Amino acid sequence: MSPYDRKEAQVRQLLEGPHPAVPAGLAAAAAARGRRLLRRRRALRRFGWAVLWAAAVAFAVWAALTHPWAAPPSRVSPPLEGW
Amino acid sequence: MCAVDRRAGRDPEFEAFVAGAAGRLLHVAVLLTAEPPAEAYAAHRILAGALARTYAYWERLRGDDPYDHTRQEVCAAYARTARRLPPGSGILAPLSPAQRLVLVMRVYEGVAEEVTAAQLGLAPERVEALRNRAVAALREATRPAAGAA
Repeated sequence: MSPYDRKEAQVRQLLEGPHPAVPAGLAAAAAARGRRLLRRRRALRRFGWAVLWAAAVAFAVWAALTHPWAAPPSRVSPPLEGW
Repeated sequence: MCAVDRRAGRDPEFEAFVAGAAGRLLHVAVLLTAEPPAEAYAAHRILAGALARTYAYWERLRGDDPYDHTRQEVCAAYARTARRLPPGSGILAPLSPAQRLVLVMRVYEGVAEEVTAAQLGLAPERVEALRNRAVAALREATRPAAGAA
């Protein structure tokens, strides 16, 4: 055993004190909080998908109504000459 | 509902895990916060949050050890809140938060150097330097007490 290992074993022994008492109902409370966390995450995900879907539908409706890809009619006519 | 079916398997497993591991995890949290064991409020708060996140993560643990995941959550929660906590009066009170984290993870919990470095976001060399300094500081701090005893 090297001196370093011995030092570390001493420190480990120092850290290995008596374990504190675990409060009763810790598992049930943690499970309830975890369930709440899951529910919130699920609601957030659902909300995100709903927003994405609504945006996609709104864009499709707007595009179908206004045809943004069609070139606008030219407002400048070529100069009229020689008649 | 499938969520209910899943929960039927999750709850007993989670409760068995907490019954087995909560004592040691609470000890880790109390070591980190260096609070007196009778009124370790911050340690209890950190452990409760870590267990709740482990419960939420239970499905995605697959083969991983829930103990490792919860310990990582405890250490991350302590690293996030260490600035706002009082220095404490426990055995690790003379050490800085980073030294406490490295000492507990490397020496007490025996986490590998690379894993500790990755979880704390430090370079492995830095982790080893912190550990050496923490071991020396702790031995220095406890020597008078050991001599008097």
